Amino acid sequence: MDNTTLNRRRALAGGVALLGAGPAGAEAAAAVSVNFHAFAPPLLRVAVGTTVTWTNEDDTPHNIVSTAEPRAFRSGVLDTGESFAFRFATPGTHGYYCSLHPTMQGSIVVG
Amino acid sequence: MSDESGPDQGRRHALECMLWAGSGLLWSVAGGVPRASLIGAAQAQPAAFTFAHISDTHLGFNITPNPEPAKTLQQSLDLVKGFRPSLMLHTGDVTHLSRPGQFDLAAQMIGATGIETHYAPGEHDVVDEGGKAFFERFPQGARTGGFTSFDAGGVHFVGLNNVQDLQPGKMGMLGAQQLHMLEQDLKVRSASTPIVVFAHIPLWVVYQAWGWGTEEAPQVLAMLARFGSVTVLNGHIHQTMQKVEGHVAFHTGMSTAFPQPAPGSRPAPGPMRDVPADQVKRMLGVNRVTLVRAGAPLGVVTTPLEG
Repeated sequence: MDNTTLNRRRALAGGVALLGAGPAGAEAAAAVSVNFHAFAPPLLRVAVGTTVTWTNEDDTPHNIVSTAEPRAFRSGVLDTGESFAFRFATPGTHGYYCSLHPTMQGSIVVG
Repeated sequence: MSDESGPDQGRRHALECMLWAGSGLLWSVAGGVPRASLIGAAQAQPAAFTFAHISDTHLGFNITPNPEPAKTLQQSLDLVKGFRPSLMLHTGDVTHLSRPGQFDLAAQMIGATGIETHYAPGEHDVVDEGGKAFFERFPQGARTGGFTSFDAGGVHFVGLNNVQDLQPGKMGMLGAQQLHMLEQDLKVRSASTPIVVFAHIPLWVVYQAWGWGTEEAPQVLAMLARFGSVTVLNGHIHQTMQKVEGHVAFHTGMSTAFPQPAPGSRPAPGPMRDVPADQVKRMLGVNRVTLVRAGAPLGVVTTPLEG
């Protein structure tokens, strides 16, 4: 339970960073669709500083959880139509999955 | 039951477990092969101890084929009350989204039955904040990672949590702590004690591609192997399925909210949105579980809400 609480704090911290990141107004954005129990595209390449938004278009709730230990980000549960955004500030491959349906996996390749 | 097992019948010959589909036929499952016969001796035997099993109530689900799962839950509870069970097991996904209001409605509706109810969490119940909202309302197992055990009617019950902190690419997981607790708990029981294990995700591999199974199932089965009567009750897959392995009979329960497809029959395991409204209640229901006689497997009767 402590671990999850920490994860949520990290996710919130990410959100705060996102809000404070845009004075130049040129932040890149990208999107991942969540549907049919899969992420599309499953692998997404973006530039450093890109904000990725996942939108649940499925008829089942899902979430977005970093596979890193400790978790770099973790969304709350997303009902149909709900979204989660995270800004990727560090280069590298960032894996994630749905902790409700752990066969659903994806990655964001940054830089 | 072991005296009924001839040497030629192999380990898959099993204690017979009964699924009785509510329509005057008795289903017996032996060696994993179901067969039907007219209701006879089993029905005539007095039921010493009966309990109910419900699952996947998903309060908060609001789309086709059943936008009002509170109504079908109420119908399910009315059915259950008719059984006059000694207690009830709920194998999880009480709520759809772990929202406090969804938990409160479930606790209120189920509490109104007056039936002592024991809950195993589903992944939809513990998705946020480590399951705080679930364990606050259903505190059994709150300090043990979800593990709980108790005795009733001469049966030893064990509740497990195989939905917490699921890992990428993996099926359901119990974790080392619960496996240890299970081992300690079973160690002091006599082999003739009927055992009921209940958890959300099936404790055998129903369909790995959809995550329908539990990673540590082989360890759990090994711990249960010496017992003469073991009944494992699960939910998660929103349909009935049975399997017998040695002296262990596995059953899944229907959802009271919406059906899901047979393993691999559709591209994804989501709700079967296209089931016509007048058909859906045939695919929702509850289980009545009865200790027919000591040493025998428990009889599991599935009753759909309609049909």
